[in-house]
Amino acid sequence: MNRVAVIGGGMTLFRRRLLETGKELSFLAAKMAMEDSGIEKKDLDMVVMGSAPDAFDGIHMKGENLLDGAAATNKPYVRLFNGGGTGVFAPIAGWWHVASGVADTVLVVCEEKMSSCFPHPQTAFQHIWDPILDRPLHPNLVWLFAMEMNRYMTMHNIKKEDIALVAVKNKRNAVGHPSAQLPDEKITVEDVLNSEIMAWPVQRLDISPPSDGASALILCSEDRAKQYTDDPIFIDGVGWNIDSTMWTNRDLYFPRYVANAAKMAYKMADIHDPKKEIDFAEPYDPFDYKELHHLEGLLLCDKGEAPILTREGVTQRDGKLPVCPSGGLLGVGNPIAATMGQKVCELYWQLSGKAGKRQIPTDPQVGVGQAWGDIMQMGTVIVMRRG
Amino acid sequence: MMTIKSKTEGYPRYAPGTHVSGRDISNKNVTYSWWEPEVQYSWSLGPAYGRFLQELKKGKIIGRSCKKCERVIVPPRMFCEYCYRSTDEWIYLKDTGKVETFSISYLDPNARRIKEPILIGVISIDGASPMHGFMHYFNDMKPEDLKIGMKVKAVWKSEKERTGSITDIKYFKPMNEGDK
Repeated sequence: MNRVAVIGGGMTLFRRRLLETGKELSFLAAKMAMEDSGIEKKDLDMVVMGSAPDAFDGIHMKGENLLDGAAATNKPYVRLFNGGGTGVFAPIAGWWHVASGVADTVLVVCEEKMSSCFPHPQTAFQHIWDPILDRPLHPNLVWLFAMEMNRYMTMHNIKKEDIALVAVKNKRNAVGHPSAQLPDEKITVEDVLNSEIMAWPVQRLDISPPSDGASALILCSEDRAKQYTDDPIFIDGVGWNIDSTMWTNRDLYFPRYVANAAKMAYKMADIHDPKKEIDFAEPYDPFDYKELHHLEGLLLCDKGEAPILTREGVTQRDGKLPVCPSGGLLGVGNPIAATMGQKVCELYWQLSGKAGKRQIPTDPQVGVGQAWGDIMQMGTVIVMRRG
Repeated sequence: MMTIKSKTEGYPRYAPGTHVSGRDISNKNVTYSWWEPEVQYSWSLGPAYGRFLQELKKGKIIGRSCKKCERVIVPPRMFCEYCYRSTDEWIYLKDTGKVETFSISYLDPNARRIKEPILIGVISIDGASPMHGFMHYFNDMKPEDLKIGMKVKAVWKSEKERTGSITDIKYFKPMNEGDK
Protein backbone atom coordinates (compact mmCIF):
# COMPACT_ATOMS: atom_id res chain seq x y z
CA MET A 1 0.00 0.00 0.00
CA ASN A 2 1.18 3.53 -0.76
CA ARG A 3 1.47 5.93 2.17
CA VAL A 4 -1.09 8.74 1.80
CA ALA A 5 -0.45 12.38 2.69
CA VAL A 6 -2.76 15.33 3.36
CA ILE A 7 -1.50 18.56 1.79
CA GLY A 8 -4.46 20.95 2.00
CA GLY A 9 -7.78 21.62 3.67
CA GLY A 10 -10.71 24.02 3.39
CA MET A 11 -13.95 24.88 5.16
CA THR A 12 -16.81 27.29 4.52
CA LEU A 13 -18.74 29.21 7.09
CA PHE A 14 -21.12 26.96 9.06
CA ARG A 15 -24.55 28.52 9.69
CA ARG A 16 -28.19 27.46 10.14
CA ARG A 17 -28.82 28.83 6.65
CA LEU A 18 -26.38 29.95 4.00
CA LEU A 19 -27.31 31.75 0.79
CA GLU A 20 -25.04 29.59 -1.40
CA THR A 21 -26.29 26.38 -3.02
CA GLY A 22 -24.69 23.03 -2.24
CA LYS A 23 -22.68 23.25 -5.45
CA GLU A 24 -21.42 26.72 -4.57
CA LEU A 25 -20.48 25.65 -1.04
CA SER A 26 -18.59 22.67 -2.50
CA PHE A 27 -16.73 25.04 -4.82
CA LEU A 28 -15.78 27.42 -1.97
CA ALA A 29 -14.41 24.65 0.26
CA ALA A 30 -12.64 22.78 -2.56
CA LYS A 31 -11.11 25.97 -3.96
CA MET A 32 -9.69 26.82 -0.52
CA ALA A 33 -8.11 23.36 -0.15
CA MET A 34 -6.67 23.57 -3.67
CA GLU A 35 -5.22 27.04 -3.11
CA ASP A 36 -3.84 25.95 0.26
CA SER A 37 -1.96 23.06 -1.36
CA GLY A 38 -1.09 24.60 -4.74
CA ILE A 39 -3.13 21.95 -6.58
CA GLU A 40 -5.24 22.87 -9.61
CA LYS A 41 -8.16 21.01 -11.16
CA LYS A 42 -5.94 19.51 -13.86
CA ASP A 43 -3.74 17.94 -11.16
CA LEU A 44 -6.63 15.96 -9.66
CA ASP A 45 -6.85 12.31 -10.71
CA MET A 46 -10.11 11.56 -8.91
CA VAL A 47 -12.76 13.18 -6.70
CA VAL A 48 -14.67 11.78 -3.73
CA MET A 49 -17.88 13.48 -2.53
CA GLY A 50 -19.43 12.84 0.86
CA SER A 51 -22.97 14.02 1.59
CA ALA A 52 -25.55 12.48 3.92
CA PRO A 53 -29.28 11.82 3.35
CA ASP A 54 -30.73 13.06 0.03
CA ALA A 55 -33.93 13.88 1.91
CA PHE A 56 -32.41 17.06 3.43
CA ASP A 57 -31.98 18.61 0.00
CA GLY A 58 -35.00 17.00 -1.62
CA ILE A 59 -32.67 16.12 -4.50
CA HIS A 60 -32.27 12.40 -5.05
CA MET A 61 -28.83 11.28 -6.23
CA LYS A 62 -27.47 14.60 -5.03
CA GLY A 63 -23.93 13.46 -5.80
CA GLU A 64 -24.75 14.24 -9.43
CA ASN A 65 -26.19 17.60 -8.43
CA LEU A 66 -23.02 18.53 -6.54
CA LEU A 67 -20.28 17.26 -8.82
CA ASP A 68 -19.71 20.43 -10.86
CA GLY A 69 -18.95 22.30 -7.63
CA ALA A 70 -16.49 19.60 -6.60
CA ALA A 71 -14.15 19.93 -9.60
CA ALA A 72 -15.29 16.49 -10.79
CA THR A 73 -16.42 17.08 -14.38
CA ASN A 74 -14.81 14.54 -16.73
CA LYS A 75 -13.03 12.79 -13.86
CA PRO A 76 -13.54 9.53 -11.98
CA TYR A 77 -16.01 10.50 -9.25
CA VAL A 78 -17.94 8.79 -6.50
CA ARG A 79 -20.37 10.06 -3.89
CA LEU A 80 -20.77 8.03 -0.74
CA PHE A 81 -22.48 8.35 2.59
CA ASN A 82 -23.23 6.53 5.81
CA GLY A 83 -25.14 9.20 7.68
CA GLY A 84 -23.09 10.95 10.33
CA GLY A 85 -20.17 8.60 9.63
CA THR A 86 -19.63 10.27 6.23
CA GLY A 87 -17.31 13.06 7.38
CA VAL A 88 -14.62 10.50 8.19
CA PHE A 89 -15.70 7.84 5.69
CA ALA A 90 -15.27 10.16 2.66
CA PRO A 91 -11.57 10.81 3.45
CA ILE A 92 -11.18 7.05 4.11
CA ALA A 93 -12.45 6.48 0.56
CA GLY A 94 -10.03 9.16 -0.68
CA TRP A 95 -7.30 7.28 1.18
CA TRP A 96 -8.02 3.96 -0.57
CA HIS A 97 -7.99 5.67 -3.98
CA VAL A 98 -4.39 6.76 -3.30
CA ALA A 99 -3.18 3.86 -1.12
CA SER A 100 -4.18 1.39 -3.85
CA GLY A 101 -2.07 3.26 -6.40
CA VAL A 102 -5.10 3.91 -8.64
CA ALA A 103 -4.76 7.67 -8.10
CA ASP A 104 -1.91 9.98 -7.14
CA THR A 105 -3.90 13.07 -6.17
CA VAL A 106 -7.49 13.10 -4.90
CA LEU A 107 -9.88 15.83 -3.81
CA VAL A 108 -12.35 14.93 -1.06
CA VAL A 109 -15.33 17.28 -0.68
CA CYS A 110 -18.06 16.98 1.95
CA GLU A 111 -21.21 19.08 1.65
CA GLU A 112 -24.45 19.38 3.59
CA LYS A 113 -27.31 21.81 3.23
CA MET A 114 -29.82 21.02 5.95
CA SER A 115 -31.75 24.28 5.74
CA SER A 116 -33.63 23.31 2.57
CA CYS A 117 -35.92 20.92 4.42
CA PHE A 118 -39.09 22.40 5.94
CA PRO A 119 -40.22 22.95 8.61
CA HIS A 120 -37.04 21.43 10.10
CA PRO A 121 -34.38 18.88 9.01
CA GLN A 122 -35.93 16.61 11.65
CA THR A 123 -38.81 16.13 9.22
CA ALA A 124 -36.43 14.39 6.79
CA PHE A 125 -34.95 12.32 9.61
CA GLN A 126 -38.33 10.61 10.05
CA HIS A 127 -37.56 8.75 6.83
CA ILE A 128 -34.59 6.88 8.30
CA TRP A 129 -36.71 4.93 10.83
CA ASP A 130 -37.91 1.40 10.17
CA PRO A 131 -41.14 1.90 8.19
CA ILE A 132 -43.00 -1.07 9.68
CA LEU A 133 -42.25 -1.09 13.39
CA ASP A 134 -40.96 2.42 14.23
CA ARG A 135 -42.73 4.95 12.03
CA PRO A 136 -46.28 4.19 13.23
CA LEU A 137 -45.04 5.54 16.62
CA HIS A 138 -44.22 8.93 14.96
CA PRO A 139 -40.66 9.06 16.28
CA ASN A 140 -38.32 12.04 16.48
CA LEU A 141 -34.64 11.33 15.83
CA VAL A 142 -33.63 12.96 19.13
CA TRP A 143 -35.38 10.03 20.87
CA LEU A 144 -32.65 7.69 19.67
CA PHE A 145 -29.89 9.74 21.24
CA ALA A 146 -31.88 10.41 24.38
CA MET A 147 -32.38 6.68 24.86
CA GLU A 148 -28.69 5.93 24.21
CA MET A 149 -27.61 8.75 26.54
CA ASN A 150 -29.92 7.51 29.28
CA ARG A 151 -28.62 3.94 28.98
CA TYR A 152 -24.99 5.16 29.07
CA MET A 153 -25.62 7.46 32.06
CA THR A 154 -27.53 4.82 34.00
CA MET A 155 -25.08 1.95 33.40
CA HIS A 156 -22.12 4.04 34.63
CA ASN A 157 -24.00 6.23 37.10
CA ILE A 158 -22.86 9.40 35.30
CA LYS A 159 -24.14 12.81 36.37
CA LYS A 160 -25.53 15.29 33.84
CA GLU A 161 -23.14 17.90 35.27
CA ASP A 162 -20.18 15.88 34.02
CA ILE A 163 -21.71 15.47 30.57
CA ALA A 164 -22.48 19.21 30.37
CA LEU A 165 -18.75 19.91 30.82
CA VAL A 166 -18.22 18.60 27.28
CA ALA A 167 -20.64 21.14 25.77
CA VAL A 168 -18.93 23.91 27.75
CA LYS A 169 -15.43 22.83 26.66
CA ASN A 170 -16.30 22.48 22.98
CA LYS A 171 -18.28 25.72 22.68
CA ARG A 172 -15.35 27.52 24.33
CA ASN A 173 -12.81 25.75 22.08
CA ALA A 174 -14.76 26.97 19.03
CA VAL A 175 -14.04 30.62 19.91
CA GLY A 176 -11.74 31.95 17.17
CA HIS A 177 -12.67 29.27 14.63
CA PRO A 178 -13.74 31.34 11.61
CA SER A 179 -16.42 28.81 10.57
CA ALA A 180 -17.98 28.48 14.04
CA GLN A 181 -21.76 28.72 14.42
CA LEU A 182 -22.10 28.48 18.21
CA PRO A 183 -18.85 29.55 19.88
CA ASP A 184 -19.38 30.80 23.43
CA GLU A 185 -16.53 31.76 25.71
CA LYS A 186 -18.85 32.51 28.63
CA ILE A 187 -21.04 29.39 28.65
CA THR A 188 -21.26 27.53 31.96
CA VAL A 189 -22.42 24.11 33.14
CA GLU A 190 -25.46 25.85 34.68
CA ASP A 191 -26.43 27.24 31.26
CA VAL A 192 -26.47 23.71 29.84
CA LEU A 193 -28.35 22.24 32.80
CA ASN A 194 -30.93 25.06 32.71
CA SER A 195 -31.51 24.91 28.96
CA GLU A 196 -34.82 23.71 27.55
CA ILE A 197 -35.54 19.98 27.83
CA MET A 198 -35.94 18.51 24.32
CA ALA A 199 -36.19 14.78 25.05
CA TRP A 200 -34.93 14.00 28.52
CA PRO A 201 -32.05 13.56 29.27
CA VAL A 202 -31.21 15.66 26.19
CA GLN A 203 -31.47 19.43 26.69
CA ARG A 204 -31.04 22.12 24.06
CA LEU A 205 -27.40 22.89 24.86
CA ASP A 206 -26.49 19.19 24.85
CA ILE A 207 -27.13 19.18 21.07
CA SER A 208 -25.18 20.53 18.12
CA PRO A 209 -27.19 22.70 15.70
CA PRO A 210 -28.35 21.83 12.17
CA SER A 211 -26.11 23.66 9.71
CA ASP A 212 -25.23 24.38 6.10
CA GLY A 213 -21.59 24.07 5.11
CA ALA A 214 -18.86 22.28 3.19
CA SER A 215 -15.29 21.13 3.76
CA ALA A 216 -12.51 19.74 1.56
CA LEU A 217 -9.17 17.95 1.69
CA ILE A 218 -6.41 17.23 -0.82
CA LEU A 219 -4.83 13.77 -0.48
CA CYS A 220 -1.85 12.51 -2.45
CA SER A 221 0.90 9.90 -2.54
CA GLU A 222 4.05 10.43 -0.49
CA ASP A 223 6.13 11.11 -3.63
CA ARG A 224 3.66 13.67 -4.94
CA ALA A 225 3.42 15.32 -1.52
CA LYS A 226 7.17 16.07 -1.55
CA GLN A 227 6.63 18.30 -4.61
CA TYR A 228 4.24 20.50 -2.64
CA THR A 229 5.39 20.50 0.98
CA ASP A 230 8.38 19.80 3.23
CA ASP A 231 6.12 18.83 6.10
CA PRO A 232 3.41 16.44 4.92
CA ILE A 233 0.91 14.95 7.33
CA PHE A 234 0.09 11.27 6.75
CA ILE A 235 -3.01 9.14 7.07
CA ASP A 236 -1.48 6.06 8.69
CA GLY A 237 -4.57 4.14 9.76
CA VAL A 238 -8.22 3.90 8.74
CA GLY A 239 -11.02 1.74 10.09
CA TRP A 240 -14.74 1.36 9.64
CA ASN A 241 -17.27 -1.02 11.12
CA ILE A 242 -21.03 -1.35 11.39
CA ASP A 243 -23.32 -3.17 13.83
CA SER A 244 -26.82 -4.57 13.26
CA THR A 245 -29.61 -2.16 12.35
CA MET A 246 -31.74 -3.90 15.01
CA TRP A 247 -30.80 -1.36 17.65
CA THR A 248 -33.47 -2.55 20.10
CA ASN A 249 -31.55 -5.85 20.29
CA ARG A 250 -28.24 -4.26 21.35
CA ASP A 251 -26.97 -2.76 24.60
CA LEU A 252 -26.44 0.89 23.68
CA TYR A 253 -24.15 1.70 26.62
CA PHE A 254 -20.97 0.93 24.63
CA PRO A 255 -20.34 1.48 20.86
CA ARG A 256 -18.59 -1.79 20.05
CA TYR A 257 -18.61 -0.94 16.32
CA VAL A 258 -16.49 2.16 17.07
CA ALA A 259 -14.08 -0.05 19.05
CA ASN A 260 -13.88 -2.46 16.09
CA ALA A 261 -13.17 0.41 13.69
CA ALA A 262 -10.56 1.87 16.08
CA LYS A 263 -8.77 -1.48 16.42
CA MET A 264 -8.60 -1.75 12.61
CA ALA A 265 -7.15 1.77 12.31
CA TYR A 266 -4.68 1.37 15.19
CA LYS A 267 -3.39 -1.93 13.81
CA MET A 268 -2.78 -0.32 10.41
CA ALA A 269 -1.02 2.64 12.07
CA ASP A 270 1.10 0.28 14.22
CA ILE A 271 -0.36 1.71 17.41
CA HIS A 272 -0.33 -0.84 20.24
CA ASP A 273 -1.37 1.27 23.22
CA PRO A 274 -3.69 4.07 22.06
CA LYS A 275 -3.92 5.54 25.58
CA LYS A 276 -0.19 6.29 25.44
CA GLU A 277 0.43 6.77 21.73
CA ILE A 278 -2.45 9.07 20.69
CA ASP A 279 -1.69 12.74 21.44
CA PHE A 280 -5.15 14.21 20.77
CA ALA A 281 -8.57 13.22 19.49
CA GLU A 282 -11.48 14.58 17.48
CA PRO A 283 -14.30 12.15 18.36
CA TYR A 284 -17.76 12.81 16.88
CA ASP A 285 -19.72 15.09 19.24
CA PRO A 286 -23.21 15.80 17.82
CA PHE A 287 -24.32 15.55 21.48
CA ASP A 288 -22.08 16.16 24.50
CA TYR A 289 -22.44 12.59 25.81
CA LYS A 290 -21.30 11.27 22.42
CA GLU A 291 -17.78 12.65 22.95
CA LEU A 292 -17.54 10.59 26.14
CA HIS A 293 -19.14 7.51 24.58
CA HIS A 294 -16.75 7.73 21.64
CA LEU A 295 -13.61 8.29 23.74
CA GLU A 296 -14.46 4.95 25.35
CA GLY A 297 -15.20 3.38 21.95
CA LEU A 298 -11.85 4.68 20.66
CA LEU A 299 -10.18 2.83 23.57
CA LEU A 300 -8.60 6.08 24.80
CA CYS A 301 -9.95 5.31 28.28
CA ASP A 302 -11.81 2.56 30.11
CA LYS A 303 -15.59 2.14 29.94
CA GLY A 304 -17.21 4.77 32.14
CA GLU A 305 -13.94 6.67 32.60
CA ALA A 306 -14.41 9.45 30.02
CA PRO A 307 -16.53 11.68 32.32
CA ILE A 308 -13.83 11.44 34.99
CA LEU A 309 -11.08 12.50 32.55
CA THR A 310 -13.29 15.40 31.47
CA ARG A 311 -13.93 16.51 35.07
CA GLU A 312 -10.17 16.38 35.77
CA GLY A 313 -9.39 18.62 32.77
CA VAL A 314 -7.45 15.94 30.87
CA THR A 315 -9.45 16.64 27.69
CA GLN A 316 -8.94 20.42 27.68
CA ARG A 317 -6.82 21.88 24.89
CA ASP A 318 -3.87 22.18 27.30
CA GLY A 319 -4.62 18.85 29.02
CA LYS A 320 -2.83 15.54 28.62
CA LEU A 321 -5.31 14.32 25.98
CA PRO A 322 -6.86 17.33 24.19
CA VAL A 323 -10.28 16.37 22.80
CA CYS A 324 -12.15 18.35 20.12
CA PRO A 325 -9.67 21.25 20.00
CA SER A 326 -11.58 22.43 16.90
CA GLY A 327 -14.66 23.18 18.98
CA GLY A 328 -16.33 20.07 17.57
CA LEU A 329 -19.86 19.85 16.28
CA LEU A 330 -21.19 21.43 19.47
CA GLY A 331 -19.22 24.63 18.91
CA VAL A 332 -18.51 24.85 15.18
CA GLY A 333 -21.78 23.32 13.89
CA ASN A 334 -23.13 20.10 12.45
CA PRO A 335 -23.57 20.10 8.65
CA ILE A 336 -23.47 16.28 8.80
CA ALA A 337 -20.87 15.18 6.21
CA ALA A 338 -19.09 18.55 6.22
CA THR A 339 -17.99 17.94 9.81
CA MET A 340 -14.96 16.44 8.07
CA GLY A 341 -13.74 20.01 8.71
CA GLN A 342 -13.57 19.40 12.48
CA LYS A 343 -12.81 15.67 12.46
CA VAL A 344 -10.15 15.42 9.74
CA CYS A 345 -9.12 18.90 8.46
CA GLU A 346 -8.51 19.83 12.12
CA LEU A 347 -6.13 16.88 12.55
CA TYR A 348 -4.19 18.17 9.54
CA TRP A 349 -4.11 21.76 10.85
CA GLN A 350 -3.15 20.73 14.38
CA LEU A 351 -0.42 18.29 13.27
CA SER A 352 1.07 20.85 10.88
CA GLY A 353 1.01 23.57 13.56
CA LYS A 354 -1.39 25.71 11.53
CA ALA A 355 -4.34 25.85 13.94
CA GLY A 356 -3.59 29.38 15.18
CA LYS A 357 -5.53 30.22 18.34
CA ARG A 358 -6.83 26.65 18.48
CA GLN A 359 -3.32 25.16 18.37
CA ILE A 360 -2.60 22.47 20.98
CA PRO A 361 0.48 23.76 22.81
CA THR A 362 2.23 20.38 23.27
CA ASP A 363 3.43 19.80 19.68
CA PRO A 364 1.18 16.81 18.87
CA GLN A 365 2.53 14.08 16.59
CA VAL A 366 -0.39 11.62 16.34
CA GLY A 367 -4.13 12.35 16.26
CA VAL A 368 -7.29 10.30 15.83
CA GLY A 369 -10.55 11.49 14.24
CA GLN A 370 -13.84 9.63 14.34
CA ALA A 371 -17.40 9.90 13.13
CA TRP A 372 -20.57 7.95 13.85
CA GLY A 373 -23.61 7.32 11.76
CA ASP A 374 -26.53 5.42 10.32
CA ILE A 375 -28.82 4.21 13.16
CA MET A 376 -26.33 4.28 16.06
CA GLN A 377 -24.32 1.54 14.34
CA MET A 378 -21.51 2.94 12.15
CA GLY A 379 -18.01 3.84 13.33
CA THR A 380 -15.44 5.50 11.05
CA VAL A 381 -11.92 6.17 12.34
CA ILE A 382 -8.80 7.84 10.92
CA VAL A 383 -5.31 8.08 12.45
CA MET A 384 -3.03 10.85 11.21
CA ARG A 385 0.63 11.38 11.97
CA ARG A 386 3.27 14.00 11.42
CA GLY A 387 6.14 13.28 9.00
CA MET B 1 -27.45 39.07 4.80
CA MET B 2 -23.87 39.03 5.74
CA THR B 3 -20.83 37.80 3.85
CA ILE B 4 -18.32 36.97 6.53
CA LYS B 5 -14.64 36.92 5.79
CA SER B 6 -13.17 37.05 9.27
CA LYS B 7 -9.48 36.38 8.86
CA THR B 8 -7.66 34.52 11.60
CA GLU B 9 -4.04 33.81 12.27
CA GLY B 10 -4.58 30.06 11.87
CA TYR B 11 -6.26 27.77 9.35
CA PRO B 12 -8.80 27.88 7.89
CA ARG B 13 -7.62 31.45 7.25
CA TYR B 14 -11.17 32.60 6.54
CA ALA B 15 -14.56 30.98 6.18
CA PRO B 16 -16.41 31.90 2.96
CA GLY B 17 -20.20 31.89 2.87
CA THR B 18 -23.19 34.22 3.22
CA HIS B 19 -25.30 33.91 6.34
CA VAL B 20 -29.07 34.25 5.83
CA SER B 21 -30.89 35.13 9.05
CA GLY B 22 -34.53 34.54 9.97
CA ARG B 23 -35.07 38.27 9.50
CA ASP B 24 -33.70 38.10 5.94
CA ILE B 25 -36.40 35.55 5.20
CA SER B 26 -39.28 37.40 6.91
CA ASN B 27 -38.22 40.69 5.23
CA LYS B 28 -38.02 38.85 1.89
CA ASN B 29 -34.40 39.88 1.33
CA VAL B 30 -33.89 36.50 -0.31
CA THR B 31 -35.88 34.58 -2.90
CA TYR B 32 -36.62 30.87 -2.66
CA SER B 33 -38.09 28.23 -4.87
CA TRP B 34 -40.52 25.79 -3.22
CA TRP B 35 -41.43 22.16 -3.84
CA GLU B 36 -43.81 19.85 -2.00
CA PRO B 37 -43.27 16.24 -3.05
CA GLU B 38 -46.36 14.04 -3.19
CA VAL B 39 -45.10 10.49 -2.92
CA GLN B 40 -46.76 7.55 -1.19
CA TYR B 41 -45.34 4.17 -0.32
CA SER B 42 -46.76 0.73 0.39
CA TRP B 43 -44.24 -1.55 2.06
CA SER B 44 -44.29 -5.35 1.86
CA LEU B 45 -44.00 -6.74 5.37
CA GLY B 46 -42.14 -9.95 4.53
CA PRO B 47 -42.77 -13.27 6.31
CA ALA B 48 -41.17 -12.26 9.63
CA TYR B 49 -42.78 -8.88 10.30
CA GLY B 50 -45.97 -10.07 8.55
CA ARG B 51 -46.47 -12.89 11.08
CA PHE B 52 -45.40 -10.61 13.96
CA LEU B 53 -48.09 -8.07 13.07
CA GLN B 54 -50.74 -10.78 12.49
CA GLU B 55 -50.02 -12.07 15.99
CA LEU B 56 -50.23 -8.57 17.45
CA LYS B 57 -53.72 -8.40 15.92
CA LYS B 58 -54.53 -11.51 17.99
CA GLY B 59 -53.10 -9.88 21.10
CA LYS B 60 -49.89 -11.95 21.15
CA ILE B 61 -46.18 -11.18 20.80
CA ILE B 62 -44.17 -13.73 18.79
CA GLY B 63 -40.42 -14.15 18.21
CA ARG B 64 -38.07 -16.47 16.30
CA SER B 65 -35.30 -18.67 17.68
CA CYS B 66 -31.77 -19.17 16.39
CA LYS B 67 -30.56 -22.52 17.70
CA LYS B 68 -26.95 -21.80 16.86
CA CYS B 69 -26.46 -18.68 19.02
CA GLU B 70 -29.35 -19.77 21.27
CA ARG B 71 -31.18 -16.47 20.88
CA VAL B 72 -34.90 -15.88 21.05
CA ILE B 73 -35.24 -12.87 18.77
CA VAL B 74 -37.88 -10.16 18.77
CA PRO B 75 -38.76 -8.37 16.51
CA PRO B 76 -38.58 -11.67 14.61
CA ARG B 77 -36.59 -12.20 11.43
CA MET B 78 -36.25 -15.16 9.10
CA PHE B 79 -32.45 -15.14 9.37
CA CYS B 80 -29.95 -14.54 12.19
CA GLU B 81 -27.74 -11.61 11.23
CA TYR B 82 -24.86 -12.79 13.46
CA CYS B 83 -24.80 -16.56 12.65
CA TYR B 84 -25.95 -15.76 9.11
CA ARG B 85 -28.29 -18.73 8.85
CA SER B 86 -32.07 -19.19 8.72
CA THR B 87 -33.78 -18.91 12.09
CA ASP B 88 -35.52 -22.04 13.39
CA GLU B 89 -38.89 -21.74 15.15
CA TRP B 90 -41.70 -19.36 16.04
CA ILE B 91 -41.96 -18.86 19.81
CA TYR B 92 -44.77 -17.07 21.65
CA LEU B 93 -43.50 -14.56 24.22
CA LYS B 94 -45.17 -12.83 27.14
CA ASP B 95 -46.66 -9.34 26.83
CA THR B 96 -44.56 -8.18 29.76
CA GLY B 97 -40.98 -7.00 29.91
CA LYS B 98 -38.35 -4.69 31.33
CA VAL B 99 -37.52 -1.05 30.50
CA GLU B 100 -33.97 -1.06 29.07
CA THR B 101 -33.87 2.67 28.33
CA PHE B 102 -36.31 5.54 27.86
CA SER B 103 -36.79 9.21 27.07
CA ILE B 104 -39.31 11.85 28.06
CA SER B 105 -39.89 13.78 24.84
CA TYR B 106 -41.08 17.35 24.52
CA LEU B 107 -40.59 17.21 20.72
CA ASP B 108 -43.06 16.09 18.09
CA PRO B 109 -41.85 14.32 14.90
CA ASN B 110 -41.13 17.71 13.26
CA ALA B 111 -39.15 18.97 16.28
CA ARG B 112 -42.03 21.23 17.30
CA ARG B 113 -42.41 21.70 21.05
CA ILE B 114 -45.23 19.92 22.90
CA LYS B 115 -46.43 20.54 26.46
CA GLU B 116 -47.50 17.02 27.47
CA PRO B 117 -44.41 14.84 27.12
CA ILE B 118 -44.37 11.56 25.21
CA LEU B 119 -42.87 8.71 27.27
CA ILE B 120 -40.92 6.42 24.96
CA GLY B 121 -38.39 3.65 25.41
CA VAL B 122 -37.11 0.18 24.63
CA ILE B 123 -38.79 -2.79 26.34
CA SER B 124 -37.02 -6.17 26.40
CA ILE B 125 -39.79 -8.76 26.18
CA ASP B 126 -40.10 -11.59 28.71
CA GLY B 127 -39.35 -14.91 27.04
CA ALA B 128 -36.91 -13.37 24.53
CA SER B 129 -33.13 -13.18 25.02
CA PRO B 130 -31.74 -10.39 27.24
CA MET B 131 -31.80 -6.92 25.57
CA HIS B 132 -34.21 -8.22 22.89
CA GLY B 133 -37.29 -6.11 22.42
CA PHE B 134 -38.70 -3.08 20.66
CA MET B 135 -39.50 0.61 21.05
CA HIS B 136 -42.90 1.66 22.40
CA TYR B 137 -44.77 4.22 24.46
CA PHE B 138 -45.31 4.19 28.23
CA ASN B 139 -48.35 5.50 30.06
CA ASP B 140 -50.40 5.13 33.28
CA MET B 141 -47.44 6.56 35.21
CA LYS B 142 -45.85 9.87 36.06
CA PRO B 143 -42.75 10.74 33.99
CA GLU B 144 -40.64 10.80 37.15
CA ASP B 145 -41.67 7.22 37.99
CA LEU B 146 -40.27 5.81 34.74
CA LYS B 147 -36.98 3.98 35.49
CA ILE B 148 -34.56 1.69 33.68
CA GLY B 149 -35.07 -1.86 34.96
CA MET B 150 -38.76 -1.33 35.76
CA LYS B 151 -41.19 -4.17 34.90
CA VAL B 152 -43.96 -3.24 32.46
CA LYS B 153 -46.95 -4.85 30.77
CA ALA B 154 -48.61 -4.17 27.39
CA VAL B 155 -51.96 -2.40 27.26
CA TRP B 156 -53.73 -3.59 24.12
CA LYS B 157 -56.33 -1.98 21.92
CA SER B 158 -59.65 -3.85 21.89
CA GLU B 159 -59.82 -6.77 19.45
CA LYS B 160 -62.06 -4.73 17.15
CA GLU B 161 -59.66 -1.81 17.01
CA ARG B 162 -56.56 -3.88 16.19
CA THR B 163 -55.32 -3.66 12.61
CA GLY B 164 -52.07 -5.64 12.59
CA SER B 165 -49.74 -2.79 13.59
CA ILE B 166 -47.20 -2.08 16.30
CA THR B 167 -49.83 0.36 17.58
CA ASP B 168 -52.20 -2.58 18.37
CA ILE B 169 -50.34 -2.27 21.66
CA LYS B 170 -51.43 1.15 22.96
CA TYR B 171 -48.51 1.47 25.39
CA PHE B 172 -46.77 -0.30 28.27
CA LYS B 173 -47.83 0.38 31.87
CA PRO B 174 -46.13 -0.41 35.17
CA MET B 175 -46.56 -4.08 36.07
CA ASN B 176 -48.62 -4.63 39.18
CA GLU B 177 -48.64 -7.59 41.50
CA GLY B 178 -50.99 -10.14 40.01
CA ASP B 179 -50.19 -9.15 36.37
CA LYS B 180 -49.15 -12.18 34.37
